[in-house]
Amino acid sequence: MIPAVPMVAAGVIALLKQPRRRAAAALAIGSLAFSLLVALAAFGHVLGGWASGHAVRESVNFTWVEFGSATVDLGWVLDPLSAVMMVMVTFVGLLIFIYSTGYMAHDENFTRFFCFLSLFAGAMLGVVIANSLLLLFMCWELVGLTSYLLIGFWFQKPSAAAAAKKAFLTTRVGDVFFLLGIVWLFAQTGTLLFYNNGAGSMEPLALGGLLAAPAALGLSAASAIALLIFAGAAGKSGQLPLHVWLPDAMEGPTPVSALIHAATMVAAGVYLVARVYPLMQAGMPTGGTTTALTVVTWVGASTAVFAALIAVAQNDIKRILAYSTVSQLGYMMAGLGLGGVAVGMFHLITHAFFKALLFMGAGSVIHGCHEEQDIRHMGGLWKKMPVTFATYAAGMLALAGFVPFAGFWSKDAILESAQGWKLSQGPFFMLVFGALLTAFYMTRQVSYVFFGAYRGHGHAHESPRVMTSPLAILAFFAVTLGFLGTPAWPWFRSFLSDRPARFELAGFSEPGILALMLTSTGVVVAGLLLGWWLYGNKSPRADEPDALEKAMPPVWRALRDRLYVDELYGATVIAFYAWFARVADWLDRRVWGGIVSLVTGFFGLWAKFNRFLDTYWVDGAFDKGCEELSSGGGLVARVQSGRVQTYLRLLALAVVVLAAILIWSSHP
Amino acid sequence: MTPLAGYLLVAALVFAIGLAGALTRRNAILVLIGIELMLNAANLNLIAFWRFGPHPEALTGVMFAVFSIAVAAAEAAVGLGLVISIYRHVRTADLDKMNRMKG
Repeated sequence: MIPAVPMVAAGVIALLKQPRRRAAAALAIGSLAFSLLVALAAFGHVLGGWASGHAVRESVNFTWVEFGSATVDLGWVLDPLSAVMMVMVTFVGLLIFIYSTGYMAHDENFTRFFCFLSLFAGAMLGVVIANSLLLLFMCWELVGLTSYLLIGFWFQKPSAAAAAKKAFLTTRVGDVFFLLGIVWLFAQTGTLLFYNNGAGSMEPLALGGLLAAPAALGLSAASAIALLIFAGAAGKSGQLPLHVWLPDAMEGPTPVSALIHAATMVAAGVYLVARVYPLMQAGMPTGGTTTALTVVTWVGASTAVFAALIAVAQNDIKRILAYSTVSQLGYMMAGLGLGGVAVGMFHLITHAFFKALLFMGAGSVIHGCHEEQDIRHMGGLWKKMPVTFATYAAGMLALAGFVPFAGFWSKDAILESAQGWKLSQGPFFMLVFGALLTAFYMTRQVSYVFFGAYRGHGHAHESPRVMTSPLAILAFFAVTLGFLGTPAWPWFRSFLSDRPARFELAGFSEPGILALMLTSTGVVVAGLLLGWWLYGNKSPRADEPDALEKAMPPVWRALRDRLYVDELYGATVIAFYAWFARVADWLDRRVWGGIVSLVTGFFGLWAKFNRFLDTYWVDGAFDKGCEELSSGGGLVARVQSGRVQTYLRLLALAVVVLAAILIWSSHP
Repeated sequence: MTPLAGYLLVAALVFAIGLAGALTRRNAILVLIGIELMLNAANLNLIAFWRFGPHPEALTGVMFAVFSIAVAAAEAAVGLGLVISIYRHVRTADLDKMNRMKG
C-alpha cells in the first residue's frame, strides 16, 4: 500500500504528453486524489496504531546496489511523521491542482503544466516516505528539477528562465553539502536507511558510533554530518544565505508558487531536518542542546527576522508572500531547533495550509485584476471579490498569528520553546519581533490590495468557482487546524512522539503559557494596529511614496532593495565565477590549446619529414632499382634477339669452352 | 694405310666448315646445309674410330653411322619444313629478318 502512493502520481506523467487538456488535468487530479485516499488510509492505519498504544513504524526495505560486502538499500517508511506529511501534501496538492485548472485555463501549455505538476507531486511524496537517505536525495533532486521546470514554465520570459536557473543553482549549493553529508554518513555507519530494525542510521546503534567518531573543530561526526545535511535543507528551504532564489521564483505561475514554494517543496527542507532529527539530537545533554540544533535555531531565527524586514518594503503581491514564506521557514527551522520535531512540523503543516491559501488568493486577485501584480495598482477589492477577500483575510490572520487561527497555536508553540531555551533568549526576541513584522506587513498588503479605492486599470472581477472553492476549503483548515496543537490538547505533539493525548484545560495554566499567549497576541495586535494606522483605508496613488518610505527613506530603500544580498552575491560569488570562467577559458585556449597545437605541429612536421624521406629515399631507391631492373631487363632481352644464328654462335662457343675445360681438367 | 689422324683431321675440317657456315650464313637453307655438314663430319669420325677401333669387323660402327644418317635426314626434312612454314609467314629466307619472336 505504501509504495503505491507516489508511484501512481508519478506514473501518470508518462501518459500525459498529449494535446488534450481535459484529459491531462483529469489524469493529474485523479491520480493525486487517489494518492490522497491512499494517504488517508495510511494515516488512519497509523492513527489506529497510535490510539491503541503501540507505535506504527513500518518500513519496507530492499537492496539496490551491492558492492562487495557493502550494500546500498532503498526503502520507504510509514510512521506518524510521514503519514501526516503525506496527507498534507496530497490534500493541499489536490486543492492546488483543482485551482490550476481555472488559473491556467488561458494558457496554451496546459498539459505540460499538469505533467510537471504530477511529476512534482510524485517526487515530493517520494521524499516524504523515503526510508533511505539516498532515496530521499534522489527524490529531492527530482523535486528540485520539477521546481526548475515549473518556475521557468514561461521560459520565453528571460526573467523566468533566469529565475529558474538561479533557483536550481542556489539549491545546488546546498545539495553539495547534503551529498557530502550522505557520503560521510554512509562511510561512517555503512547504511543510509533510517530505520532498519535496529540497524538503520537513525537508530541508537549507528548514532552511538557517529557520536564517538571525531570530526574537525571538536565536533563529533554526528554533528558534522547533521550540519552538512542541514546545509542541504537550508538551500531547499531558503534559509538565510541561500534564500535568494525564493523571491525570484515568483516568476512561475501562481499555483506553482502556492504548491512548491509555500506548502511543499520548501517544506521538504524542514521535513528533512525532522527526519534526521535523531542525528541532530544525538548526544544532547539533558536540558541542553547540541551544536547542530543550535546552528539550526540561530539560522532559522535570523532568516525569520531578515525576510520579514524585507517583506515590509515590497510592492509585488507575490514577492511579499515569498519573503513571508522565507520568514516562516525560518520560524519552522527555529521551531525544530528549539522545541523538537513536533513543534517545527506543526508550524509546517499549518503554514502549508494558510500559505497555500494566501498564494492562491493572490493568484485569484491577480487573475481578477487582469494579470496585475503590483499592489499599488490594486485596492478596494473587498467589494469586488468578496470570497477572495474573506478567505484571504482568514489566511492573513492565520499567518499573523491572531488568536484563535491556526498560525497562532503553531507560532505560539515555537515561541514557547524559544522562551524555554537555555542557551540564550536571543531567538525568542528575534521571533517575537518577527511576529510583529509579520502582522505589520500582512496588514500593509491587505490594506493596499483590498481596502481603499481601486487604483488599477479596467474592472476587477471575482474568480470562477473552481478557483474560489479551494480557497474556501483551505480557509476552513486555516482556522481550525490549529486546534490540533493547543496546550490544552497537544494532539499533534503526542501523535508524533507517540504519547497519548488528553484534552485538559489545565494545560492552559501551565506556568508561563497564558502569559506567553497574551504577549504574542499583544504583539500581533500591535502589528495589525500599526499597519492599519499607516496604511488602512488610505489609498495612496501608485506613484506616491509609501507611508513608511516618507518616514524613513534610507531604511525603506535598503529594505526594498532586499538588503542587497543579491548584489552581494553578484559582487562576490558571481564575479569570482565570471573571473574564474575567463581564466579557465584563457587556460583552455592558450595553454591547453597551445600544447595541443604544439603536439599537432610536431606531428605535422614529422609527417612532412616522413613524406620527404618517402619521396626521395624510398621512392627514389625503388625507382632506381626499377630502372636498373628494366634496363637490365632490356639488356637481357637483347639476348632474345630472335636470331637463330646468334643462338647457334653462343651454343658453339659454349661447347668449345666446355671441351676446353674437359680437356684441360683431364690433363692436370 | 692412312693414319687415323688423317681421317680425324678431315672430319674436323669439315666440321669446322659446317659450323662456320651454320653460324654465319644469312640464308636459312645454307644454315641447314652447314648443319648437315657437321653431321656428316661426325659420321666420318664415327667410321674412322670404328675402323681403327678394337672390333673393326663388327657392324657396330656401321649401324651407328646409318642411324646417324637417318636421323640427319629426318632432321633435315623437319628443318626444311620449318623454313618453308616460316617463309610463308615472313616471305623471306633471310635469318636476320626473322627476329620477331611474336607468334
